Amino acid sequence: MSTNNGNVLEVRDLRTYFQTEDGTVKAVDGISFDLKRGETLGIVGESGSGKSVTNLSIIRLIPTPPGEIVSGEVRFGGQDLLKLSESEIRKIRGRRIAMVFQDPMSSLNPFMKISRQLMETTQLHLGHTKREAREHAIKMLETVGIPEARDRIDSYPHEFSGGMRQRVMIAMALSCEPELLIADEPTTALDVTIQAQILELIKTLKSVTGTSVILVSHDLGVVAGMTDHLIVMYAGKVFEQAPTRDLFATPGNPYTKGLLRSVPDPTDEQGKLYQIPGQPPDVAHLPPGCPFAPRCERAEELCHREFPPFVQLTAEHFSLCHFASEVYEKSQAEARP
Amino acid sequence: MLRFILRRLLITIPTILVVITITWALVRLAPGNFYTGEKKLPAAIEQNIREKYGLDKPWREQYLRMMSHIMVLDFGTSLSYPGQPVNAIIGRALPVSATIGLLAYLLALAVGIVAGSVAALKQNSKWDYASMTLAMLGISIPNFVLGPILVLVFSLMLYWLPPSRWEGFPSWNVVLPVITLSGIYMAYIARLTRAGMLEVLNSDYIRTARAKGLSESQVVIRHALRGGLLPVVSYTGPALAFLLTGTVVVERIFALPGLGHYFLQAASNRDEPLIIGIVAFVAIILLLMNLLVDITYAYLDPRIRY
Amino acid sequence: MSGTGVPPVNHRQDALALPMNEDEPKLPADETEPSSTALGAPLSLSVVAPLSDDVLHTPPEVAVAEGDVRLTAEDDFVSGTSLWKDARRRLLKNKLAVFGLIVVSIVTVASIVGPFVLKLITGMTPDYIPGDAALIRSFPPFTAPDGSFSWTHPMGTDRQGRDMLARVLQGGQISLMVGVIATLMSLVIGVSYGAIAGYLGGRVDNLMMRLVDVLYAIPYIILVIVLLAMFKDQTPRGQLILLFIALGSVSWLTMARIVRGQVLSLKHQEFVLAARATGVSTPRIIFRHIVPNTLGPVIVYATLTIPSVMLAEAFLSFLGFGVQPPLASWGSLVTDGVQNIGIFPWQLIFPGLTMALTLFSLNFLGDGLRDALDPRMRKF
Repeated sequence: MSTNNGNVLEVRDLRTYFQTEDGTVKAVDGISFDLKRGETLGIVGESGSGKSVTNLSIIRLIPTPPGEIVSGEVRFGGQDLLKLSESEIRKIRGRRIAMVFQDPMSSLNPFMKISRQLMETTQLHLGHTKREAREHAIKMLETVGIPEARDRIDSYPHEFSGGMRQRVMIAMALSCEPELLIADEPTTALDVTIQAQILELIKTLKSVTGTSVILVSHDLGVVAGMTDHLIVMYAGKVFEQAPTRDLFATPGNPYTKGLLRSVPDPTDEQGKLYQIPGQPPDVAHLPPGCPFAPRCERAEELCHREFPPFVQLTAEHFSLCHFASEVYEKSQAEARP
Repeated sequence: MLRFILRRLLITIPTILVVITITWALVRLAPGNFYTGEKKLPAAIEQNIREKYGLDKPWREQYLRMMSHIMVLDFGTSLSYPGQPVNAIIGRALPVSATIGLLAYLLALAVGIVAGSVAALKQNSKWDYASMTLAMLGISIPNFVLGPILVLVFSLMLYWLPPSRWEGFPSWNVVLPVITLSGIYMAYIARLTRAGMLEVLNSDYIRTARAKGLSESQVVIRHALRGGLLPVVSYTGPALAFLLTGTVVVERIFALPGLGHYFLQAASNRDEPLIIGIVAFVAIILLLMNLLVDITYAYLDPRIRY
Repeated sequence: MSGTGVPPVNHRQDALALPMNEDEPKLPADETEPSSTALGAPLSLSVVAPLSDDVLHTPPEVAVAEGDVRLTAEDDFVSGTSLWKDARRRLLKNKLAVFGLIVVSIVTVASIVGPFVLKLITGMTPDYIPGDAALIRSFPPFTAPDGSFSWTHPMGTDRQGRDMLARVLQGGQISLMVGVIATLMSLVIGVSYGAIAGYLGGRVDNLMMRLVDVLYAIPYIILVIVLLAMFKDQTPRGQLILLFIALGSVSWLTMARIVRGQVLSLKHQEFVLAARATGVSTPRIIFRHIVPNTLGPVIVYATLTIPSVMLAEAFLSFLGFGVQPPLASWGSLVTDGVQNIGIFPWQLIFPGLTMALTLFSLNFLGDGLRDALDPRMRKF
């Protein structure tokens, strides 16, 4: 099914732009990455960095207009998703690539019973009869840990709590056993305790089904224990890309360092929490140089003038920075003792 | 739900009393009455009439007498149509108005929902602009202008359709009145549908539906229509009120013997029982229909619990 | 009648809500749809952020000095300005709304000044009936009595030989006057009623709004007809005043609901608490602090009320209960025109077209204002 090198998904130079009153917004501007079968890729970044747009571009759900996928390739199972016809991509959506969205409160249809929303997918893609679909839906609800699934399947979404709804979303997403699950900030809208449960659920289901996962979050803590690889996005660009362990241990980009420092560290009791100064950039009016330069501690005159290079630090570790090697070496030095 | 309906029905009763009282007060506060018309009646006759209709009693007594009759839905006898009970007149006029009104509303629903949905689905396209401009025209052109123009074109110039008079239903005579009456609702419903659909189509759950791989038509029909049409459902209440005022004009243009026609007659002739009868009847119908709309709404939107 | 879907959305709250999201700096709109507004609107709002922030972080019990209260008032003013500026920019971008604004301005000026100018140029007044019996008939536009081309009657004459242009201009005066005065009436009643109900809340609010519900269910135009029919024996001027009162007193209900909704969401905000903490009187809080902040939706709804009242006036004139001769409104002119539609079409076309165009423009202007003042609810 997939290409021979073991990648489920290969994204190359993806660019998605939005036309707004304020000019063209390059929400995603030249993103490339691979996702290996059975692995989990994390995409981290502040809101507006282009994480969600990247994912919506993959399954071509960008609202057009104002958005448009300008260029790039999304190779999945040997074909370029961006070149497929609308009916071909529909056979992939929900069947082979499924999505879980951020807000379970609004992502389920409030006017439709859970049962119908679940059954719809398998009836469409797996050709289930009504009865098969219903049984399957009940099984899926049990799998995601909804008690008394058989009795509750005919409830409406508003009769479920937020965490339960997100479980329903996950059940819906996984009901056709997709090869790729895209979870777009699946826990952001939930309570902290529920967050942990949902993440644990995704982790367990992933190990059972062998699905590859893209997990989007603005929270480094969420992705740390869940992912194999990480991408850090800023202003529509990949700022750093590395195996999760490497990225946490030896970040090669001042922005990543800033993000890591702003995660509270329970062992450091009196330590003051770091805050990256300034605001996320206005993506419609980016300066010519590095988009992070105005907020960067390491920035020099060069950074404001020239766009930084994408530096390869190790086999799998890349960083978008004029001083990537320097930052990386410094991180290594700090990590050693 | 049952409690909600009961509570609403309980509110309905004072509302109707308020309507009747206001109407009665307006009729009575105005100088003169039905008999102070063109020619002066001899004093003796006037005295007789005053006694017969209880006009010589104190106001409070007259009011209570009227109310006690209305409680049992007896609106009395018309003054300008001598000897005819108000209830009989209403019974005769209602089918005319109801036929025209119902057909107009159905036509408006059909055209408005289709036009509004197309406009929403093809937002900012030619279709969108065309239907929204038409809708705005529909709202800006009063039905008493639209009606005569339709008559001029289709009856007097093209000879396609009869211009007026009531010949029962079905008959070609209803076509022009129905179109005239439905014009403005068509426009409103199209605008409401477009707005509602746009809001729903940009919502998260529609994105979910698309992410499932449903086709666009499945997304629209199964997921979007229900939420998108809720504003249209809640508009039905005000639409009925519109319809009532609309029928007054349309019945006048096309010389139809409906409720609006008799109401105008009654208002011009100061036919007190007929005025109060029609106003009360219309208020009751309107309130019941509003209740029906609310129940439908609750049925369509499972989140609403009373 | 119009604008049934005006959403009771609170702009003021938006301006305040943004800076509070500090834990996670983010664009205010969902990042998946950075459509027009997501990146446009917040820029100007962020200018306001520091100011509102100061106010928000001042605990009410500390903010008792007069100076602080003045600060909150100033803050309102500042945020208001940038909001209005932003709204104006959006309004001017909306071609249909600009079209509406231009047409409405032209029609208004023409109706007010037109009759005087016309009298100077052609000597025609709306009620001038020619003395010569041969001239008492309806001439087509631009036609002299002998059938040749003439500038005297650009819109022709009516059956009494009166100049249609002069009558249309005067009709505009009356129609606009009815629209504006009745709307002002509904504004005064609706805003006061809604603001008081919303601010006092509790049982008073409940009672007041139940009353509105009851009145809402009444087919008010029917009552207006009864009122106008019963009190009909009046001078034209008297009938006109009756018309103002009748239409004004029935069109305030929606306004009251809108304002109440706004006030409900505003009254718990810090600037109100601060004002209350300093002992500002209740009426002053309602009308000086809260009502100005409900201005956006109120303006939008008022703009949409004008055409609906004008339409109602035309409707009543058609039924014979509206403006009485010799006064004329567009409604009464159209009514006259309708009767002769087959023979003298210009008697219908000119007043009808002018009225439709004006209503059309007012509706577009209202919609444009709604979009401009309330970018999130870009409806219709």
